Amino acid sequence: MEKERHVLVIFPHPDDEAFGVSGTIATHVQNGTPVTYACLTLGEMGRNMGNPPFANRETLSKIRKKELQDAAEVMGIQDLRMLGYRDKTIEFEDDDKLTNELAAIIDEVQPSLIITFYPGYSVHPDHDATGAAVVRAVRNMPANDRPKLQCVAFSRNCEEEIGQADIVNEVSAVAHIKIAAIKAHLSQTQLMAKEMEEQLKKQDPQVMARVHNERFWTYPL
Amino acid sequence: MMEPVITQDVQTELDRHAKKPVYIHLETTNGAYASHFDETFFSSGAYIRNAQLEYEHGKITGNGPFRVGLKTAIGWVYAEGITHFEKDGTGRLLLAGHDFSGKLAVALQISETPFE
Repeated sequence: MEKERHVLVIFPHPDDEAFGVSGTIATHVQNGTPVTYACLTLGEMGRNMGNPPFANRETLSKIRKKELQDAAEVMGIQDLRMLGYRDKTIEFEDDDKLTNELAAIIDEVQPSLIITFYPGYSVHPDHDATGAAVVRAVRNMPANDRPKLQCVAFSRNCEEEIGQADIVNEVSAVAHIKIAAIKAHLSQTQLMAKEMEEQLKKQDPQVMARVHNERFWTYPL
Repeated sequence: MMEPVITQDVQTELDRHAKKPVYIHLETTNGAYASHFDETFFSSGAYIRNAQLEYEHGKITGNGPFRVGLKTAIGWVYAEGITHFEKDGTGRLLLAGHDFSGKLAVALQISETPFE
């Protein structure tokens, strides 16, 4: 993996980084690269309340905020920013306001690489709207100043339409950190993380490939 | 903590908030990924947070999951599929319907101060 000067990760929900990007983040941190994670919401509208319930609609955001802080610590992120938007409302926000807020962060942090969602191919409306805002912010920059923009995509049609991921980061060396980051988002991942860990122990090839390889698409600016 | 509905307790709280200006959170959701996991699934939902209103009376009915309706001077609010309730530390009434795996599908919440 190429050494970066500074990595800026921009996602709308706590845990968006966990399954597909936490290994890449941990690797950058181990390379001595500072990582800033801007998380737009606290996932207030998450549905998993547990059976019996461990949360309600009003307490979930507090639980997920703590989980996000724990996950950031596990990955070694020292600059975590919670932007205070509300889950499931990103696409309805004023586009310019969002673009400008992200542009200000980019301007301050001066990243050499930004990681976000690929607009149009990321399933959740918040994902697509966040990716689109990042693209707008980067496109507003003079071409020579623009950081690299690498996106996560996972809609059913993504490979048909935008091809195979051009960047695959092999992160098996930090798999333990990745599993710990996934587990930190306990309210969202408790069942999945346990199952994944067992499959990894059994060396299930499909699960190993999914956990150990993180895929990104360079966005055509 | 949210607990399985005890209709008498919910009714007491519905009565307590009646005929006062209140803030309502009403939500239905099947999750943003429903159509991603099952392309035949029609995804829908609705959400309103901090609607201000005053209801004349409220009622919980059914044998569980339950239905809750609030009658206002010129209209109605209702939710179905309610399974859990909580009177939280600030006196708010939180009602929700959780599916069998513990995922929230519907919520109706009543507060005398705005929700955050």
